[in-house]
Amino acid sequence: MRDSPYFGLLYVLVPFSLVSVGGGPAIFAPLQHQSVDIWHWVSAREFVDLFAIARTAPGPGAMLTTLIGWKVAGWSGAIVATLALFAPASFMTYAVARVYDRYRGRAWHTALEEGLAPVAVGLILSGAVSVLHLSGDRPLAWAAALGAGAALAFLPKLHPFIILFTGAAIFVAAFFLGLK
Amino acid sequence: MIRVYGIGRDMTTDGKRVSLGAIFRVFFMIGATSFGGGLIAWIHRETVTNRKWLTQEQFLSGVALGQVLPGANVTNLAIYVGQVLRGGLGATVAICAVLLAPFFLCIGLAHIYDRVIGVPGFHAAMDGIAATAVGMILRLAYMGASHSCRKAAPAIIALAVFGAIGLLHWPLFPVILVAAPLSVALAWPRGAAHA
Repeated sequence: MRDSPYFGLLYVLVPFSLVSVGGGPAIFAPLQHQSVDIWHWVSAREFVDLFAIARTAPGPGAMLTTLIGWKVAGWSGAIVATLALFAPASFMTYAVARVYDRYRGRAWHTALEEGLAPVAVGLILSGAVSVLHLSGDRPLAWAAALGAGAALAFLPKLHPFIILFTGAAIFVAAFFLGLK
Repeated sequence: MIRVYGIGRDMTTDGKRVSLGAIFRVFFMIGATSFGGGLIAWIHRETVTNRKWLTQEQFLSGVALGQVLPGANVTNLAIYVGQVLRGGLGATVAICAVLLAPFFLCIGLAHIYDRVIGVPGFHAAMDGIAATAVGMILRLAYMGASHSCRKAAPAIIALAVFGAIGLLHWPLFPVILVAAPLSVALAWPRGAAHA
């Protein structure tokens, strides 16, 4: 049974699912170690490529595990890896959300909602800054992010696609003009 | 607005029941089009701003819960929103819908990656989309702050969490373990007054 590729995926990914607090970034380092050094699913180079692909495609960056499963055992590997990574954590979240939601309207629940809101605001802002930090703190990226935020604030009817497309166009132009 | 268990369950802020099909459509589109990240901002736009399925506080507390629990923030938020709207079925539909398109798109991209990576400007375009998607998240943070951080105490909590995690890169869990109970305790008198 240990020889089965599905066993390996489940054996590695189910525990990762349960400790992936904060999402994909929390497990990328140990996942790299397991899939490159221990199980030899992918080479170090392939891992970096798959990471980049998962970031480029829509959806959570944790879809990296889907791609590793796909490398290991094709479509069925992709499905097993996706379920192994997302299902355990999802059941846990569902259980907590269910209990949490049951007490909606109680005084302590209202206090909990009001108290968690500013914590979430701090976390959301941290997430925004960390993405810019990961992309190398380029002044152009900061300018684009702040510009896009302002555009959305002052032109709420504007569809985000238009803003994302404008951002892409500006970066491509900067690339061809040789600007940082 | 305040919903009580047994009376207003499975309803949105304006008292309508959301269909599973509507949940599927919204989360499928978010999954399919969220190039460059910013999924939380998309979910907020579609479920709070455009459809009023959740209140601002409901959404934000869902974000905080999703971050302290294991799992990707986006899938946790999808489960939370689905659960609030339609219980277990809603949660299942939301998470499957949000992962469906990315599942095929990332494998599809892996097939053609070697070719697109060589296209001049491809990386620049992706960086540009990612940077502007951060703008959507900044806008969401501003909306959340202007709604829930009007008083000094929540504003200080939000800034402290941002300083500790966003600027000082302290570990997430201990920071929340201190900030969340403190913040809830500070909200307590106001919360109790609503009851």
